[in-house]
Amino acid sequence: MMAAPVKSEMDVRSPVQSLTIGKALNLGLRAAMEADDKVIVLGEDVGKLGGVFRITDGLQKDFGEQRVLDTPLAESGIIGTAVGLAVRGFRPVCEIQFEGFIFPGFDQISSQLAKLHYRSQGRVKVPVVVRVPYGGGIGAVEHHSESPESLFAHIAGLKVVSCSNPADAYWMIQQAISCDDPVLFFEPKRLYHNGQLKSEVDTANPVGPLFASRVLRQGTDATLVAYGPSVKVCLDAATAAAEEGRSLEVIDLRTISPLDLGPVFESVRRTGRLVAVSEASSESSVTSEIAARVQQECFYSLEAPVLRVTGFDTPYPPSKLEEHFLPDLDRVLHAVDRSLGW
Amino acid sequence: MSSPEQWTHPEPGEGPAARAAQPSREQVIAGLRATSEGGAELTQLLTPEGERVPAPLFDSYVQDIDGAALRGLYRDMVLVRRADREANAMQRQGQLGIWVPLLGQEAAQIGSGRALKPQDMAFPSYREHGVAYTRGVDFRELLGIFRCTDHGGWDFNAHRFHPYTIVIGNQVLNAAGYAMGQKFEGRVGDDDGEATIVYFGDGATSQGDVHEGFVWAAVYDAPLVFFCQNNQWAISEPTERQSRLPLYQRARGYGFPGIRVDGNDVLACLAVTRWALEECRHGNGPVLIEAFTYRMDAHTTTDDPTRYRLSDELEAWKLKDPIERVRVHLARGGLADQSFFDQVQADADAFAADLREFTFNMPEPPPERVFDNVYAEPSPVLEAQREEYLSYLDGFATAGER
Repeated sequence: MMAAPVKSEMDVRSPVQSLTIGKALNLGLRAAMEADDKVIVLGEDVGKLGGVFRITDGLQKDFGEQRVLDTPLAESGIIGTAVGLAVRGFRPVCEIQFEGFIFPGFDQISSQLAKLHYRSQGRVKVPVVVRVPYGGGIGAVEHHSESPESLFAHIAGLKVVSCSNPADAYWMIQQAISCDDPVLFFEPKRLYHNGQLKSEVDTANPVGPLFASRVLRQGTDATLVAYGPSVKVCLDAATAAAEEGRSLEVIDLRTISPLDLGPVFESVRRTGRLVAVSEASSESSVTSEIAARVQQECFYSLEAPVLRVTGFDTPYPPSKLEEHFLPDLDRVLHAVDRSLGW
Repeated sequence: MSSPEQWTHPEPGEGPAARAAQPSREQVIAGLRATSEGGAELTQLLTPEGERVPAPLFDSYVQDIDGAALRGLYRDMVLVRRADREANAMQRQGQLGIWVPLLGQEAAQIGSGRALKPQDMAFPSYREHGVAYTRGVDFRELLGIFRCTDHGGWDFNAHRFHPYTIVIGNQVLNAAGYAMGQKFEGRVGDDDGEATIVYFGDGATSQGDVHEGFVWAAVYDAPLVFFCQNNQWAISEPTERQSRLPLYQRARGYGFPGIRVDGNDVLACLAVTRWALEECRHGNGPVLIEAFTYRMDAHTTTDDPTRYRLSDELEAWKLKDPIERVRVHLARGGLADQSFFDQVQADADAFAADLREFTFNMPEPPPERVFDNVYAEPSPVLEAQREEYLSYLDGFATAGER
């Protein structure tokens, strides 16, 4: 039988805590596991080790080996068995160790996870969350710094989200777990333990709905839209621009599929200018989709073409070169200059 | 018999790597087929001539199969074969887009399917129409897939029969996860325990997902029966293109039992699958069963087997027909008379006529079906796309063109 919910630090902690994104995810997972004993965590090294990024730290100790599974080393197996566990009635949360290792599981994600609900005419639900640490900036070797989210956004049947701050991390992971659809949950790995982002998280009051974008900073001259690790870059750019007297609006997309572009349209209708930022390569990407939809919906409001600041259309470079590849504050401000000067 | 041990065993006095393993094609084929003619490793209870032969390890699993039960198995096989032939014919008439014949595999599917208890779960590939029948799935509900009006319509949970899986081998991992769930819920360990069976073919054994399914089920002690129907052909590729080793012997490398059963012997398939399921429901899983059978027809109606296999192979397998041996056994043993066989044939014809009637009158799916059930929870973006397209269509209706 399932183990009874266990006592934990959740029982004694204050409803408002100062957390990093990594710790917020850890506590969010813990809260989801306490709320529903069908929630199980599976992945490589997620048990005793607590995951290579320690996001699942302490969960196996408190919830047992049948709810936190150290799996064999095969990503198709992780996703494929999670599908079967979900069909059985569990709510599996898979951890893919690094985004570059997700591709052995791509077949199961695309062929089963995304399509079973459609194939079965709604009779088979597969509420699986696939957690994917993604993005660069950690000085790693190949396959440890990529941004493959557009590949999954392109697959009907999947939902794709990315968090950028501790409060969202804490609540979005729980909302993803309680969603009846499969959710690819992209986590900005270089920000996991970033002390600058450490902030107060109200663990008693949820943030808004999961599949909704949010304006993080209001502005009037141009709009920046980003998600995941690029949100911090945009916020920093807006702060720097403010010192030069420019007012930039920053929108955190939060959900990549389905896109919630209402706040972006509303913003662009006011500012007339949009710069979309992402670490992913630009070709056929989330930023391409944003550009297409904004020109369709805001055609007469645009004062300049939608500009994009992205990773280049190359494989992720050796990390000694990643500062050239990754969108940074200067490249974002350069794009803002081009937009304003159009 | 040629065996991997012989291929790799060093000559006395030579180092272990002195002889590389490189068996000839003939050696591999001999190994793969060594037990196909009733050798010691092939479990058989009913010979192709209809003679009941003792199988000490498995006889107890079919003690309850009296004349009436055997007549039932015979009827099952005749009905699904008749339905299979009807569907094949309907494809030829353009009423189905494609058909995937099960001809020749009736015993493997009916025997294993009838071994399942109501609480057990089955994960099919896409040829398991006979198993679907044993799970109580209305045969008509399979036909939407092949008339291309849906991707699968039955209530998988009520029938304990998962949707068909077309990508080769995917379902093996899904079944492993499901069986892990049965174990995690504490539903394993006694006579009332649950088990899962997953169906795949000889070609699928080359897939990574099948390997991973073996690994997962083994390390989590999952109550999973791997039921491999080795029908000798993966479209045009023979089993020796998939393996040097008889497939059931692979189980040993993963640390669980593997057994080869005569896949054309419904009684043996029933007995061996019952044994395997009992092992699993009592917590001794997983188990691999290789049902050694033959795909008597094409891979699908789009395939032409005359391009890659000889007709005398087919003729040889006709002598091992899964239905004929039961008919002979029933008749010779006085367990059924001519009126029984006539009645079964009449029932089968009526069954086929009903399928035909149903298929010809199957409604066309409405256009909004394209958008249905993509998500469990609504997606506003998709809703907008749906509304836009339906309103576009309505424009034709208004203009009188739809």
